[in-house]
Amino acid sequence: MSENKGLTRQQMCDRLAMEFQDGWIVNLGIGIPTLCSNCDFGEREIIFHSENGVVGYGPLTPAGEEDLHLVNAGGQHVTLRPGAAIVHHADAFGMIRSGRIDVTVLGAYEVAENGDFANWKMAGQKGGGIGGAMDLAACARHVFVAMEQTTRNGRPRLVERCAIPVTARGVVDLVVTNYGLFEITPAGMALKEIAPGITIDEVKATTGCKLIVPGNVPVVKGAG
Amino acid sequence: MPKSKIYPSFDAAVADIPDNVTIGFGGFAVVGVPINLYQALAAQGAKGLTCVSNTTRGGATLPPDAPSMEWLIRNDQVRKVVCAFTAPTRASQRLVFTEYYESGRIEAELVPQGTLAERLRAAGAGVPAFYTPAAVGTELAEGRETRVFHGREYLLEEALPLDYAFIRAWKADEAGNLLFRRSQRNFNPLMAMAAKVTIVEVEEDILPRGAIDPDEVHTPGIFVHRLIKIPPPPEGWWPMRPAEIAALNRQ
Repeated sequence: MSENKGLTRQQMCDRLAMEFQDGWIVNLGIGIPTLCSNCDFGEREIIFHSENGVVGYGPLTPAGEEDLHLVNAGGQHVTLRPGAAIVHHADAFGMIRSGRIDVTVLGAYEVAENGDFANWKMAGQKGGGIGGAMDLAACARHVFVAMEQTTRNGRPRLVERCAIPVTARGVVDLVVTNYGLFEITPAGMALKEIAPGITIDEVKATTGCKLIVPGNVPVVKGAG
Repeated sequence: MPKSKIYPSFDAAVADIPDNVTIGFGGFAVVGVPINLYQALAAQGAKGLTCVSNTTRGGATLPPDAPSMEWLIRNDQVRKVVCAFTAPTRASQRLVFTEYYESGRIEAELVPQGTLAERLRAAGAGVPAFYTPAAVGTELAEGRETRVFHGREYLLEEALPLDYAFIRAWKADEAGNLLFRRSQRNFNPLMAMAAKVTIVEVEEDILPRGAIDPDEVHTPGIFVHRLIKIPPPPEGWWPMRPAEIAALNRQ
């Protein structure tokens, strides 16, 4: 089971959140990516956007203090930061399609070395759960993925080509898994940083595509 | 004298809904979901419905027995759904819809969420179709019309007009002008503008005409036809805190 090795989910999200630049508008998918809103951004101003029209939400609301009119895209009760705004769904997606979102962080079943990824339909499933992922993946300036290195059965999620229907083609920039940080480059999938306690051989053995490994791979920033 | 838009009950507001119409249901997660209107429509019994909504189920933050599209599905009232989710998002999740879909009793049209919102807005704006980059290169775009603008490929999507919209609002005046609170707005204004007849369950007491400042109206009364004040619980359905639902689930 690769799920218990390497980075915790929070460490995975902390690492991606280090890439968020001051002033960025960030959209977080449901699942692991929601943990990106728990990070300490220091002096950086990060504006969290959610598909249901909340622009500028803050941390989750403590139990018992929930505003029952206010949730993020994952249906979690959140707070609003000063300067927040509310719009309807069409305007929320207008912001997405018109390129206002600097980065979206999404979960995935598979990411291919050419930047294709799949996150809406499991193998053999009838129907699917797209939500806002296709709009976000097609239109955000950057697409980051946070997912486990392998499936529960140990199959690689980093692959040559997606075997299940894709969400968008050639859009993923950066992937974090519990085993490390990977960049999609014009030459293919590159290992940028490795999780503490994980060896290069373990990463290679659980990666389903050619992996570009530089001579010296640093430990994942912030996790060492 | 303008005709009053206030209806005495949810049952009265949905009494004339015929079979085989298209109904849009607002809401996202539990917020802004027309819970009481789902209940009334399940009791009313109209069949052959096409149901347009973000998902086929109620929000996770409702008691398990709360009304949702699942009540209509179990009642065999639904012919087709148009949704951004037609499958569970987690292996542990079970949808009433899935069994009906897999056995061929219900059809489904799966639509990216932003496309769903824009198709409704287009219907309400008198725009028959538009191009979007969402879903280009995916299974959803297979065999469909695309066009290149400024070097980028876009998919043609058609407006999605509704016969009825069922929505939930925070405040309303007698003219049907609506205000939503926080993320309650979501799909609700779009459902209203896409529909021939919009039916609204309203949380606060319905205000006299003119009590809402025109500059503050989210959805103008010309898109709104029937208003019902939601009674306090237990007669009316209201969202609950996660801890309250967890306590109910343990019982």
